[in-house]
Amino acid sequence: MRRLTHLTTALGLFAIAAMAYAGPPVEGAMEKSATNWHAIIMFCLFVAMTMGITYWAASRTKSTADFYTAGGGITGFQNGLAIAGDYMSAATLLGLTAMVYTQGYDGYIYMLAFFAGWPIILFLMAERLRNLGKFTFSDITAYRLDQGKVRTMAAISSLTVVCFYLIAQMVGAGQLIKLLFGLDYNIAIFAVGILMMVYVTFGGMVATTWVQIIKACMLLAGGTLVMILAFSQFGFSFQTLLEKATAVHKLGDKLMSPGSLLADPVTAISLGLGLMFGTAGLPHILMRFFTVTDAKEARKSVLYASGFVAYFFNVIFIMGLCGILIVGQNPEFFEGGTVGGKLIGGGNMVAMHLAKAVGGNMLLGFLAAVAFATILAVVSGLALAGASAISHDIYARVIMKGQASEATEIRVSRIATICLGFVAIVLGILFEKQNIAFMVGLAFGVAAAANFPVLILSMYWKGLTTRGALFGGYGGLVSAVLFVVFSKSVWVDVLHNPAPLFPYTQPALFAMPIAFLLAYIFSKSDSSVRAGKEIEAFEDQYVRAQTGFGASGASSH
Amino acid sequence: MSSAMYERMRANPKFQDLVSRRGRFAWILAFIVLTMFYGFVMVVAFNPASLGQPVSEGSMLTVGVAVEFFMFVFFWVLTAVYVKRANTEFDALTQEIVKEAWKENK
Repeated sequence: MRRLTHLTTALGLFAIAAMAYAGPPVEGAMEKSATNWHAIIMFCLFVAMTMGITYWAASRTKSTADFYTAGGGITGFQNGLAIAGDYMSAATLLGLTAMVYTQGYDGYIYMLAFFAGWPIILFLMAERLRNLGKFTFSDITAYRLDQGKVRTMAAISSLTVVCFYLIAQMVGAGQLIKLLFGLDYNIAIFAVGILMMVYVTFGGMVATTWVQIIKACMLLAGGTLVMILAFSQFGFSFQTLLEKATAVHKLGDKLMSPGSLLADPVTAISLGLGLMFGTAGLPHILMRFFTVTDAKEARKSVLYASGFVAYFFNVIFIMGLCGILIVGQNPEFFEGGTVGGKLIGGGNMVAMHLAKAVGGNMLLGFLAAVAFATILAVVSGLALAGASAISHDIYARVIMKGQASEATEIRVSRIATICLGFVAIVLGILFEKQNIAFMVGLAFGVAAAANFPVLILSMYWKGLTTRGALFGGYGGLVSAVLFVVFSKSVWVDVLHNPAPLFPYTQPALFAMPIAFLLAYIFSKSDSSVRAGKEIEAFEDQYVRAQTGFGASGASSH
Repeated sequence: MSSAMYERMRANPKFQDLVSRRGRFAWILAFIVLTMFYGFVMVVAFNPASLGQPVSEGSMLTVGVAVEFFMFVFFWVLTAVYVKRANTEFDALTQEIVKEAWKENK
């Protein structure tokens, strides 16, 4: 009962805050005050619904398995939706629509790079992940290696990725809500942070998963509706749409060919590597493989997830192209009413303006609520992944050496979630002006260089030893971060140095080989007794990875 | 105890069969995806103009868009093919291996 009271209070406070701040319209856009209400009502409905779920989930979250993995009882279809939900952040909806709007075909290339990692994860990783892991992906790396050292390393790189990704989501949330709901940036950040803490601390993985599923359905439905309404204006003819779009776009005939975004080959290849293998190293995505009963369901979830992701990317591509004509030609959406000038609310608002143009304030409100829900859900997934790294890997396994009781472990996760919530709020406020796409890119780059190499080697390469894993993991992490710091986007744009020390913005092509090479060299040169035992232990690990015998959850089914 | 079970499974010729068949299948599919994707990235990097060509005279649809859309569909179909085969044929074989190891254990 006390929990319910807490939840209702939190919800009530948020609604009051929302109403109190909805009044004054945002910077000069008078019609915005009317739209705020639709968005706020729909958003409050969403929050009310998810709070109900959190309350229900709270009563079912008793063991660590419930907290981290929803007891392993999520079906493949549900998990597929949740994975798709975790993967399709607000940056996808807003950022990629905007990218197609301004760059045309380049945006589509980005989407394929985001998508192509999924089949690879399925063919080479999903099954072994499910068979070897329990709660976090460090379980796999630490399976036969030194628990303490390897888990610490994996937890540090997980937390690094989670933090970079969190910053991107929080900043996106703040800017979006400031514009659409008429709330102050800092209030928006607090609202996201607090709601996230409530979902995760009370409901754990059960609530997080259901928030994710609802949001994924809303996102798919909302995006499809906007796309259909917009596309119908061109008689659903791709030919007509492209003819008109190329005629008015400033890129002209170049709209549908690769352009400036990937002008140099190294960046193109590095981006491809980073996005593809970054996906396979994101802690909150990997964690989703442990919420299903067995490898069979894990495979199905990838099939469903990749289907939804592929579908949604194509919807966004059409939305972006329609935006060129419907938004790009309408003076109402430009500051000062000059077509071709600055879009109201900045470049990322194309999808929102499009929703308003084709469906009025109701649809705009709905899409705004979806975008906010999206951020909330992704942030919750990230927080849970971060909290598990702290409680399961560092606290339970490294500090307590496996002696912690389930109750204290869950308590530590809850405290960690609350701390992460505050960290996210502070980072969101500090990084207000930071470019979101860049932060997402950095998170993917670090995941690809620090997490992926060690993970794949520990599953496939018999020769990996603790020493190799540590050098590979830390090496990848440090080099990926350094490459980004020395690149133009930080060294010149943020630190105002005259020239970048590292000429490319994408680190993966360089940091990944460093990680693999270090892991190889330091494993091969490791002739200690322990290394010998670790290599020997691979045989049993291999049988379990292949058959799933002994995997947690599998025995009870 | 667990270790003895793993030893028995490893000794089962069916295990070798499972590993080699599923492994080969997965790697072939992964190879197809990687080759197509990085082949495409190479074309983007080194010969972007070729992707800007229309697929046919007078069509607005460019080769790049058509190829990409095809990859979205094709990769997903490969995913479905893998899941289908792994969830029926390979999983049945896995269960046999585990069952036989249990039997020997008794």
